Amino acid sequence: MNYSVLVEVTLRPGIADPEGATIERALPALGFHGVSQVRAGKLFRFSVDAASADEALATAQALAERLLSNPVIEDATARLEGSPEQ
Amino acid sequence: MTRIAIVVFPGSNCEYDAANAMEQLGASAELVFHSQDALGDVDGVILPGGFAHGDYLRPGALARFSPIMGAIADYAAQGGPVLGICNGFQVLTEAGLLPGALQKNRGLTFLCQPTTLVVASTRSVLTRAARVGAELVVPINHFSGAYTCDDATHASLLANDQVVLRYRDNPNGSRDDIAGVSNVAGNVVGLMPHPERAMSTLLGSADGRVLLESFVGLGVAAR
Repeated sequence: MNYSVLVEVTLRPGIADPEGATIERALPALGFHGVSQVRAGKLFRFSVDAASADEALATAQALAERLLSNPVIEDATARLEGSPEQ
Repeated sequence: MTRIAIVVFPGSNCEYDAANAMEQLGASAELVFHSQDALGDVDGVILPGGFAHGDYLRPGALARFSPIMGAIADYAAQGGPVLGICNGFQVLTEAGLLPGALQKNRGLTFLCQPTTLVVASTRSVLTRAARVGAELVVPINHFSGAYTCDDATHASLLANDQVVLRYRDNPNGSRDDIAGVSNVAGNVVGLMPHPERAMSTLLGSADGRVLLESFVGLGVAAR
């Protein structure tokens, strides 16, 4: 089966996020009020051939931790999207 | 003659500056492409500045998987002197050969300017001929130079005397003004500033010399 996977990479709590802070500071000038806790991150989408959803997710999580994120400063979360294709 | 390997990744751009600095100090420089899996018989290794693999994903994230990195890890484990300058520092942290990580500069701007560094330790191969407290003017040239680590790592850096250089006036938001760190043994060092671009007063500063002289073993009593 072919599973579509999303991986979100975000800065770990407590790690400074100058990008998120800059975005947050810009919002009031554009008329968006009451927006806070902005954090910037990265999103990766790819397909994994695997026998089961669990196997696809395990592969995605492993590669997300090995390559897509730097565990010193970032967390990575993989999740499946949609239904698998034969 | 002292032989220094200079690692060239696709996207490195300071390898000739580093080689020229080595030659000025009487050492020979040998460019080693990242796809090689051995260093040969050398007295030290420099990972130069630039944008290895385009800095895609994160600076150093892809370079750490280059074939040469296995040989560099072995060489470092045997106590061989390894120096990462700028992008080379980022590669060494991604490879786990140095603690911490380099994040985007706090002001989100690319910084290209002289900085004043303060020598924090003379235990490392980069500072063994320098003096603690000495101020050195060395340029920086980076976007992701904010040194970051968690509290436990910071405490162990201080406990093990691994902070090598600090900025006098922190330009990029680095934790504890850190400009360069070493491993516990002191033989692997990374720094964001470019000592190879501070080799001559004619070009602004010769303060990088004492650092690179330390690295090639000049002015250092036999140990």
